[in-house]
Amino acid sequence: MTEKYNMPDERGHFGPYGGIFVAETLIPPVQELDAAYQRYMNDPEFIAEMDADLQHYVGRPSPLYHAERWSNELGGAQIYLKREDLNHTGSHKINNTIGQALLAKRMGKTRIIAETGAGQHGVATATIAARLGLECVVYMGSVDVARQSLNVYRMKLLGATVVAVESGSKTLKDALNEALRDWVTNVDNTFYIIGTVAGPHPYPAMVRDFQAIIGREARQQCLDQTGRLPDALVACVGGGSNAIGLFHPFIDDASVKMYGVEAAGDGIETGRHSAPLSAGRPGVLHGNRTYLMSDDDGEIIETHSISAGLDYPGVGPEHAWLKDTGRAEYPNITDNEALEGFHALTLMEGIIPALESSHAMAYTMKLAPTMRKDQIIIVNLSGRGDKDMQTMARREGIEL
Amino acid sequence: MSRLAATFEALANSGRKALIPFITAGDPHPDFTVGMMHAMVEAGVDVIELGVPFSDPVADGPVIQRASERALAHKMSLRRTLDIASEFRKTNQQTPVVVMGYLNPIEAMTYEGFANAAQRADIDGVLTVDLPPEEAKEFSDSLKAREIDPIFLLAPNSSDERIKKMDEIGSGYLYYVSLKGVTGAGHLNSVDVENKLQEIRKNTRLPVAIGFGVKDAETAKTIGNIGDGVVIGSALISKIEAHLDEPELAKNEIVELLTTMRLALDSLSAS
Ligand SMILES: Cc1ncc(COP(=O)(O)O)c(C=O)c1O
Repeated sequence: MTEKYNMPDERGHFGPYGGIFVAETLIPPVQELDAAYQRYMNDPEFIAEMDADLQHYVGRPSPLYHAERWSNELGGAQIYLKREDLNHTGSHKINNTIGQALLAKRMGKTRIIAETGAGQHGVATATIAARLGLECVVYMGSVDVARQSLNVYRMKLLGATVVAVESGSKTLKDALNEALRDWVTNVDNTFYIIGTVAGPHPYPAMVRDFQAIIGREARQQCLDQTGRLPDALVACVGGGSNAIGLFHPFIDDASVKMYGVEAAGDGIETGRHSAPLSAGRPGVLHGNRTYLMSDDDGEIIETHSISAGLDYPGVGPEHAWLKDTGRAEYPNITDNEALEGFHALTLMEGIIPALESSHAMAYTMKLAPTMRKDQIIIVNLSGRGDKDMQTMARREGIEL
Repeated sequence: MSRLAATFEALANSGRKALIPFITAGDPHPDFTVGMMHAMVEAGVDVIELGVPFSDPVADGPVIQRASERALAHKMSLRRTLDIASEFRKTNQQTPVVVMGYLNPIEAMTYEGFANAAQRADIDGVLTVDLPPEEAKEFSDSLKAREIDPIFLLAPNSSDERIKKMDEIGSGYLYYVSLKGVTGAGHLNSVDVENKLQEIRKNTRLPVAIGFGVKDAETAKTIGNIGDGVVIGSALISKIEAHLDEPELAKNEIVELLTTMRLALDSLSAS
């Protein structure tokens, strides 16, 4: 690649994907947000404030950890974990909520709303809202409220109002629908902090830019620790924010392969999965054009995944573009395989990963043995598994 | 001239306002809709907006969301919505029918595929809630090539520049969303609407229909006094919802409400 990667275009298009597909009332706030984002991303004072928060409040840089024992056990490439699980609140989500909340403050918005699936983005939003003294309302599908109840309690402790969404499939996409309805009703004082690289432009680009600190750090840390670039990157893909955050700073490094791991649920062949890039088709949902799980009539299909954070029928438009151009690959991992990844990392390295991240671990278990011992994989450990203890225990028939 | 343009022209010539009901196709049952459409015409409506049920209706409040869910439970779809419009057209060649919905079902048919099917169904207009003009060129062109009007939304926060854009790309009429919110919300402010309409009129000569928050004959009259037409949706669908086991009763109540609205609107031109 000689020309530098420079997506999206000024109207938010990644090739045929992305764009702005929202009702008219949301156009002015989306344009206002884009203007503010363009302005503050080039404002040294804003950047300095954000960097200070990321360092002192979140605890960045997060370590790049050589999982030596696990690498040896698998017998192939050397595995390095990007430890986003060690961030304050336990996942990569806070990288983005800090950026957006500081933007909200600059824009004079007093009320913050968010959608959440696993609850990690909801917790990260409630956290920063508490710190900045902003009102916070989090929408969460009622199915997710039940399976991620620990995070619901955390959000409430942090002063947020958690609204259980009962419509549709009662999961992440329905939480997003409800947050959009709130936004359109309260556009004047409300900032919508979207938790992944979805939504209308500028969200996919903006959330990516806030998450790209993952890849920038990882790239430098890898060079510092090993003297070279990695051969492969692996990250799970729900909406795709932790994956694009890791991938983006490497896109122009042609030798670095990228694997975004989708949730295959019960298996792609069963139709019960959350893998639009593997088994979906292009369409329009939640403000952008991308790959979707949708039927012949264009209705969105219910998704299935053991991990609430991957249980989403769409995917960030930039991933759709990276798939079509072949720059990244998008394999998938079933619920059962993810559980193997979960246990493997826990027992081999003493690190309990989130079920979302466990999909990346499971794919790494397939990939590493196909590579040489002198090769390097960086895996994004996007979050810690504390929130999933109840789900895991229940699966194993244990009452906590 | 398109059926919509002709309808609005005739109304303007007689100093009358358009009464435009919105119902969701296939709610509460696919067999109900065609009869309901004819009954509404008899009650004096001028244009019918036929909602296409969608799994993720983000611009809609709870009433229309539930209507969508009921229709989808009967496998209603965009294709079947067009079938309903076609069936209606067999015995009514006058009343314009506008299909209103979200973009993804249209994307699934492809723009050309949908435009051809809409033409076969003799549809008059298409309003796609989540397709702003910046992304709409190709779609609008394929509709206009078949003499179908692409209809666009305007909102309280739309700038003059955007109103001009809608005027350029849209035809038939413009749909002014009277408040910031979802369908069925209840805080319409007629002074605000009146002020905004003055701004809109400066930037377009298209007829302007006003919707969101119109619940009864009184609001219809207030709003009718400001715009060229009044759209009523959730208030009608609430009647369907109140009588799910007795659709005939729902139909009667809808006809009754539309009749009082017709009278209220016509009292404007009489005075
Ligand atoms: C730990 C963790 N990883 C990954 C995800 C998936 O989101 P994304 O694909 O945007 O990174 C979530 C979402 O809740 C999460 O909590």
